[in-house]
Amino acid sequence: MTASDQDANVPTAEGAAGALTASDGPAAAPLLEVDGLTVRLPVGGVKRAVLRDVSLTVRAGEAVGLVGESGSGKSMTARAIDRLLPGGAEVDGQIRCSGRDVSELAGADLRAFRTKVAMIFQDPRAHVNPVRRIGDFMTEAMRTNLGVPPRYAQMRALDMLAQVGIDDGERRMRQYPHELSGGMLQRVMIAAALLTDPRLLLADEPTTALDVTTQAEVMAILDELRREYGLAMLFITHDLELAAAICDRTVVMYAGQIVEVRSSELLHDDPLHPYTAALAAARPDIARTTARLRAIPGRPLSAFEAPADECAFAPRCPHASDACRAGVPGLTALDGGLSRCVRAAELRGQLTVSHE
Amino acid sequence: MSETLLPDSPGSDSHAPVLAVTSLRKEFGSLVAVEDVSFTVQPAESMAIVGESGSGKTTIARMIVGLEHPTGGTITACGADRSRPARSARDRRRRGGEVQIVFQDPYTSLDPRQTAEDAVSEALRLHHDWPADRRRSRVTELIDLVGLDARQARSLPRTLSGGQRQRVAIARALAAEPRVLILDESVAALDVSIQAQVLNLLADIRDETAVSYVLISHDLAVVRQLTDHAIVMYRGRVVERGPTARVLDEPQDPYTRRLRASVPRPGWKPTRAGSEFS
Repeated sequence: MTASDQDANVPTAEGAAGALTASDGPAAAPLLEVDGLTVRLPVGGVKRAVLRDVSLTVRAGEAVGLVGESGSGKSMTARAIDRLLPGGAEVDGQIRCSGRDVSELAGADLRAFRTKVAMIFQDPRAHVNPVRRIGDFMTEAMRTNLGVPPRYAQMRALDMLAQVGIDDGERRMRQYPHELSGGMLQRVMIAAALLTDPRLLLADEPTTALDVTTQAEVMAILDELRREYGLAMLFITHDLELAAAICDRTVVMYAGQIVEVRSSELLHDDPLHPYTAALAAARPDIARTTARLRAIPGRPLSAFEAPADECAFAPRCPHASDACRAGVPGLTALDGGLSRCVRAAELRGQLTVSHE
Repeated sequence: MSETLLPDSPGSDSHAPVLAVTSLRKEFGSLVAVEDVSFTVQPAESMAIVGESGSGKTTIARMIVGLEHPTGGTITACGADRSRPARSARDRRRRGGEVQIVFQDPYTSLDPRQTAEDAVSEALRLHHDWPADRRRSRVTELIDLVGLDARQARSLPRTLSGGQRQRVAIARALAAEPRVLILDESVAALDVSIQAQVLNLLADIRDETAVSYVLISHDLAVVRQLTDHAIVMYRGRVVERGPTARVLDEPQDPYTRRLRASVPRPGWKPTRAGSEFS
């Protein structure tokens, strides 16, 4: 599609940005509001829940961690926000970005939306066209969605590559993805995501496939640029410590539900939900050896495998009682955070994560 | 061979290393992947090879089990040289009885058409000349040891979770009653809660069988939990070695220090690699 094919009402770069920023009034309404999100996917002809009643907000410039194990629904949440769910998905609830209902976006509006809510993935190689040059890939969204002239797009890309620590940008932009290492390619993905001047970055395990020293660098770059551009971020990871290191708040998910929301600095030493405590305690400690790790019995469950009418974590929880099996606990406020545990108040101070 | 998992140590005194690697070198074309690497592993000892991608750690594992041939240096397991390719099926089987390996990805290391107990049974048939009933009871013991139930034992890999598959791979490796088990990132792909179960299982197995582990890992917390000694590799060379606790608590080499500083922990702030390390 060329510019002349498009309708007159297609938003320009400024228009699209405006649409998403207009409602960011002085009251600082959240940039992103997810409200009662439930997603069902067809598995073998049956619709099965992968997300159950997920509600969260991200304010402008805020970094929120989304932590969980396989099947917890953390990636599905990000995909639902960016409208990248697989076909046949059934979505209930609402996702609003700058006050605008994301489910109503289509065509050029949806493309413009995705330039403002950018996503980076765990495996950069699976999300880049292997037969197109890095430069082409990086400038595509600017050229096609924002109508930026190619020469200028090229300059912006070079500048952004320098900011993610790639100094020989001209050479890199002539290269193909297979000529770059995983860490280098992930930096390119971050640079590309930032080129359209997004307001929110959805980062889905962006450093999990990288070496630890590379991870530290990429995290530092993400953190630095995010602050510099006032960018909000939803950072998805299985690593509690990593989330805590760069996020203001951390959201913990289990079996398609949010089980805890807590300020990151309190999460490790003073969790509100038994699952968070168990997750932190199960991880070996780099500073000491323990005779036995406190493994959580059983395995992590997907939303559709977990009990639907009681606490989803109850079958694995050392603190489970009859009250936990009486119904699905609500997400209730406690001590500045939220916990989906009926015994949360009573268990305060007992949910230690120390290895002793 | 005894009924227990404790392997015999034929003619060797208890202080002889069960695995010795001397001046190991591997070249791929003009690239030197492994250069002058030496280490020994004692019976029931657990050693870590720590390093990142391209450090040569997996190449070392592949040379020890015979999947790659060293360009130079020697590898000795249970007193027998294995630097050259095995000359006969019998020789290869003997080597399999000395050293076994568990790979990172439990999704590709099992035969998709073979149930868990068939996989273990096949390994037993290869390595021991036992009557069928003895083999059957050993299958049950091994399946039990790794914490799988009877239904899971009769399941095909695709119906098992990642953690359960890794247990099958461990049971199959133990069927040969190896003196050394190489764990090549064997817990890296597992969820945290499952990883803890498998690490506890590996500790139990070592207590019960006196098998030695060579753990290849980039995860320093896992290394701390499971190993006594560690070597740190960078670009094919050993840059630091010593007791695991010392290497992690007081790293001497600049690379080990940087590795240690890159691990997220409470209060950690990521930094771009600066002039501190080149």
